[in-house]
Amino acid sequence: MDDCGIVSRTSPKPGLVARDLCVMANQAVLVIGVGTRYRKDDAAGLTVAEGLRTRLSAEVTLVEHEGEGVALMERLQGWQAAILIDAMSSGARRGTIRRFEAKTHPLPAAIFRHSSHALSVADAIELGRALERLPQHLVVFGIEGGDFGAGMPLSPEVESSVPEVVRRVLEEIRTIQEGPQ
Amino acid sequence: MKAKVLKVDYLARVEGEGGLYVKIRNNSVSEVKLNIFEPPRFFEAFLRGRRFDEAPDITARICGICPVAYQMSAVHAMEDAFGIKVAGQLRSLRRLIYCGEWIESHALHVYMLHAPDFLGFPDAIQMARDHADVVQRGLRLKKAGNEIVRLVGGREIHPINVRVGGFYKVPTQRELAPLAEQLKWARDAALETVRWVARLPFPEFTQDYLFVALRHPEEYPFNEGRLVSNRGLDIAIADYDSYFLEEHVQHSNALHSTLKNAGAYFVGPLARYSLNFDRLPPSVQQAAKEAGLDSVCRNPFQSIIVRSLEILYACEEALRIIEQYEPPPAKAELQPRAGTGYGCTEAPRGILYHRYKVGEDGAILDAKIVPPTSQNQKAIELDIADFVRKYLALPSDELQWKCEQAIRNYDPCISCATHFLKLELDNEG
Repeated sequence: MDDCGIVSRTSPKPGLVARDLCVMANQAVLVIGVGTRYRKDDAAGLTVAEGLRTRLSAEVTLVEHEGEGVALMERLQGWQAAILIDAMSSGARRGTIRRFEAKTHPLPAAIFRHSSHALSVADAIELGRALERLPQHLVVFGIEGGDFGAGMPLSPEVESSVPEVVRRVLEEIRTIQEGPQ
Repeated sequence: MKAKVLKVDYLARVEGEGGLYVKIRNNSVSEVKLNIFEPPRFFEAFLRGRRFDEAPDITARICGICPVAYQMSAVHAMEDAFGIKVAGQLRSLRRLIYCGEWIESHALHVYMLHAPDFLGFPDAIQMARDHADVVQRGLRLKKAGNEIVRLVGGREIHPINVRVGGFYKVPTQRELAPLAEQLKWARDAALETVRWVARLPFPEFTQDYLFVALRHPEEYPFNEGRLVSNRGLDIAIADYDSYFLEEHVQHSNALHSTLKNAGAYFVGPLARYSLNFDRLPPSVQQAAKEAGLDSVCRNPFQSIIVRSLEILYACEEALRIIEQYEPPPAKAELQPRAGTGYGCTEAPRGILYHRYKVGEDGAILDAKIVPPTSQNQKAIELDIADFVRKYLALPSDELQWKCEQAIRNYDPCISCATHFLKLELDNEG
């Protein structure tokens, strides 16, 4: 069992653990849906992870993570490529999707503030950068939320963006696996 | 007339979200309001109608930092309702998983959230750039705690292996052996941590707290004991509701707790330590003395030392449990019955109280959850008021920083108890 509830993990050889995958195959990709199940739109990243569950190839490890910064940074460590999906709060229209190249540019910290933790997703990435633990390739998809109160489910606008983010994550994985053209 | 306004829109380095407002008029503090939002109320409603055995897993979702505490309070309350007591190795395994949670939670707070205050860094990221080796030690220490929770609890965050009556599966001796190796390193690192934090600069600030913690006849408390205070309280957990009050205050979504006829009280490491110093092993007592602490600690800024001592204790206790471990049957026999059960355990931040009323069919009819941060709200407000009063002459930005630090002394788990913490210091004359 892994740290934060891996929902799908397939390995090419029996007995391999997730960390070995990134060593043995360049194309291994970690996908992390971040969020809190009972904080309405904050569950956006987890909902995207659910949508991806049956659609990933053997090289992809899918993780649901509740977003504690240090644990998240450690989860990213050792991977060459990772894609992270989280709710954001930038003031844009609910359901707006944004893509960030987090390896090369720090995330705008203020819009990934909707962590219920002391260290947010943006902090996790910056801490990883300071300690030189980030993957070579790190992409973050943000989905604009509106309601982060206690409860369920997602707002309809956020819910309706989920299939598009699923599609874009799959496309991102393909790009990573095919390598630079 | 001198005006002063301190305002922080977002209080960093606390778990969760909330707000603090401080009003200063004529050079005196006229109002301090901590304003927090409290998911446990949502969970109390969510639990009604659920089966008794769902309570540990549902309440664990309240907090990603202290899920074990929620699980432990829930299982003890249910077992109390059903009239069973989990003993022997199963009981030890519960202490072991709690050790893991204390180590990870305290290491996170000591190194990543609290230490930057003392060293003058705005956050752990800046601190990591200048003190990578220190931060790495903290992260490895935290990981040693995570590993315990992962192994005994099934996974690190929101462990799934805890159930009413015991566990779904218990580890073998062989599975626990690698933990012992890591814990030996962690024990040494914890001692280094105590020595490191003892050298930090602490503001002169002591408070006459009313400490409340569990006290057990033989052990430093995790899961069991009586609720005691430094002013004569000594009650069974089942009597909690007769002695403690929760009241709604206009400025907070979280209920404020008070001890009847006594008011604000303090829960958490300082209270635990000060009420249970004699239950610590000599090695930890010695480390405390070397760090300059007495058997009672009333300076909340020194909670960083006490947390470090508790990491040391948890490492030693975990090693002791692993050395004596023999796998027991995974679960004690139990028969659900109608009744009310009470559980109170020592979460990293202090006592966490659960009460459940269960029907004949094992369905939850009523739930009450009081997290430690809710109980500390009044103590936090009083600390801030006294601190601002004492240090009013400091420049505003420095005073504001110190106020934030004074809140962080409590390691407030606002994901247990709050929403966005904004600090506002209003001094308009």
